[in-house]
Amino acid sequence: MTLQVSMVPDVAETIGQAKIDRKTYLQTLLAQRSAVPASTVRGEETQVWLQVLRDRATEQVKELAIPSTKEEEWRFTDLSALLQTQFVAPPAVTVRLTDLEAWLLPEARDSRLVFVDGVYAPTLSAIGHLPAGVIVGNLPQALEQPLQNYLSKLPGAEEVFTALNTASFADTAIVWVPHNTSLEAPIHLLFVSTTGDVAALSHPRCLVIAEAGSCLALVETFVTLGEGEHLTNAVTEVWLGENAQVNHVRLQRNSLTAVHLGKTAVSQARDSRYTCIAVSLGAKLSRHNLEVFQAGEQTETTLNGLAMIGAEQVADTHSTIAFTKPYGSSYQTHKCIVSDRAHAVFNGKILVPKAAQLTNAAQVSRNLLLSPKARIDTKPQLEITADNVKCAHGATVSQLEDDEVFYLQSRGINQESARKLLVYAFAAEVIGQIAIPSLRENLSAIVRGYQA
Amino acid sequence: MISENSEVILSVRDLTAEVEGTPILKGLNLEVKAGEIHAIMGPNGSGKSTFSKVLAGHPAYRVTGGTVLFRGQNLLEWEPDERAKSGVFLAFQYPLEIPGVSNLDFLRVAYNSKRQHEGLEELDAFDFDDLVQQKLDVVKMNPAFLSRSVNEGFSGGEKKRNEILQMALLEPKLGILDETDSGLDIDALRIVAGGVNQLSHANNAIVLITHYQRLLDYIVPDYVHVMEAGRIITTGGKELALELESRGYDWVREEEAAEVAR
Ligand SMILES: Nc1ncnc2c1ncn2[C@@H]1O[C@H](COP(=O)(O)OP(=O)(O)OP(=O)(O)O)[C@@H](O)[C@H]1O
Ligand SMILES: [Mg+2]
Repeated sequence: MTLQVSMVPDVAETIGQAKIDRKTYLQTLLAQRSAVPASTVRGEETQVWLQVLRDRATEQVKELAIPSTKEEEWRFTDLSALLQTQFVAPPAVTVRLTDLEAWLLPEARDSRLVFVDGVYAPTLSAIGHLPAGVIVGNLPQALEQPLQNYLSKLPGAEEVFTALNTASFADTAIVWVPHNTSLEAPIHLLFVSTTGDVAALSHPRCLVIAEAGSCLALVETFVTLGEGEHLTNAVTEVWLGENAQVNHVRLQRNSLTAVHLGKTAVSQARDSRYTCIAVSLGAKLSRHNLEVFQAGEQTETTLNGLAMIGAEQVADTHSTIAFTKPYGSSYQTHKCIVSDRAHAVFNGKILVPKAAQLTNAAQVSRNLLLSPKARIDTKPQLEITADNVKCAHGATVSQLEDDEVFYLQSRGINQESARKLLVYAFAAEVIGQIAIPSLRENLSAIVRGYQA
Repeated sequence: MISENSEVILSVRDLTAEVEGTPILKGLNLEVKAGEIHAIMGPNGSGKSTFSKVLAGHPAYRVTGGTVLFRGQNLLEWEPDERAKSGVFLAFQYPLEIPGVSNLDFLRVAYNSKRQHEGLEELDAFDFDDLVQQKLDVVKMNPAFLSRSVNEGFSGGEKKRNEILQMALLEPKLGILDETDSGLDIDALRIVAGGVNQLSHANNAIVLITHYQRLLDYIVPDYVHVMEAGRIITTGGKELALELESRGYDWVREEEAAEVAR
């Protein structure tokens, strides 16, 4: 099932040169990192583990380079363009709440954290009354909790951009929901990138701990103020305790000149349920690594993805669902709508080792190509060694059917509206799953306006 | 109801059309006036659905000759949606399923497109709801079908009823019903036929494409045409359908052959 590509050694001088450039470039990004914020220094102990964490990541990054398309994980997504721009830590920018109005969720009126270029913005955030023991805030507000057991403790932390984030992040959105506690309102994390005189570099970070039996809805929104260039390198870690439930929506709406690199890493204890709806609309180049580790038995993972892109956008989703114990299940639907000269990539890895008997995994990748120059690379990657499992997967690439357009036209709907309606219908399967009405409506409106 | 002085709704002269380079319609003639009900019968593959899709403007069918006038205007010049908005309605033999588009949204968009075309204000969701509730009654359809995706998971009979519901909303000048009766049980057939009869009046016309006399017991045609190999080869009154039912199409072919020989 899997496609192995052997790595070509860097023999030619030019390639060797390019490799050095990629390494040097990464170091320039690393050099932009800030010190551990003073606010997190509360007694020696805290300072020590955070500093150690960052130092270790810094050492890792020093050995690494910006990946090239020769690496299997980046085969379809070329980061060369990144090297053309010097991204720097931006100066502090004043952002008013009115600037953010379009992205606020009425449902999360009192449960919102805002980060501007990765820096916590308390005046833009709003946290009302929360059940006992719940923490929704920035890192310093959660230092009483054993964060060191969770922060950067998920597999894959050594991946280059994740390590760069760990070496560089300033503030961290912390959502801690204790044992058997259920949150009524969704938690909204709004990550704002600014654009100004410089191409801003930011490393948003988020840690979610849903203790055993707890339940919460989480919305992460990545947006840009203005149209300019920036690089957002975000990392979110989600830990679900036994029988916990997390419903996660991740919406990427960065500017069309931005580069968005994102990681969502999830660990699920037994009997837990995690659902993620990840929607990518923005950025000229975006990559989302969605990695779920089922650590316990009878665990359920539901992933729904939608990438809707046009112009020369590239949107890449690499997902991994790693089963480790029996009776796990996963349901995954990934959809791409691609027009103009845009390029969508989907790689869906499912790992079922011998210990994960009686796994039930289903994956579908559905793609709608709206122009002859648009491109889609989709690849299921099932690595199964357990023998008693049910794994279904399928991929389709289609165009808008003439017959469907005609059916709508024959009822008086003009061709353009008919195409829009059909594109909307294609996306609705994913967007319709969003349980938060304002967000669902908002996205529906965006999709309805998409130029088919 | 035949009335000499009524408006000519559809006038088809020597129509020829092809699909993917294969000629299907080979010189078709038909005139339909307001108030009339026409039935078109004919063996499988004779071109009945092709004719209906050509009238509706399906892009896969290329008209290679002849003329089609709709209320005196050249129908073939218009885009499919313009034809629909001007009053041409085709109930499809195989209505498509459109997952993700709610039936109610679809009906409202379609209805409002027509209102707009007529220079009328669009109906808001509230008023449209009232209207659609009345129209549901025409085909005795359960309102639950409105919130489902267009035709998705509908049974064959439910899809056909949904087609007639659309016709009830759009109130066409010319309704072409392609095998709307096929696959219906007798109760559903009565309901659908009753709906069509309700929608038929002195100012519009209906063309029924069917294989079965049974439908014509409920919707009584003024004319019955027999189509064969892309042409209408015989036209008669409602008795022709009975004759066909008992004697088959071979009988018409022989008659026609005899006619030609004479
Ligand atoms: N899209 C198409 N591509 C290729 N051939 C087609 C297409 N549509 C129709 N045809 C062919 O045209 C001929 C007429 O088909 P049509 O569907 O019009 O017949 P019909 O009279 O409606 O038959 P039935 O009674 O079975 O519905 C058939 O030979 C059919 O195979
Ligand atoms: Mg037919």
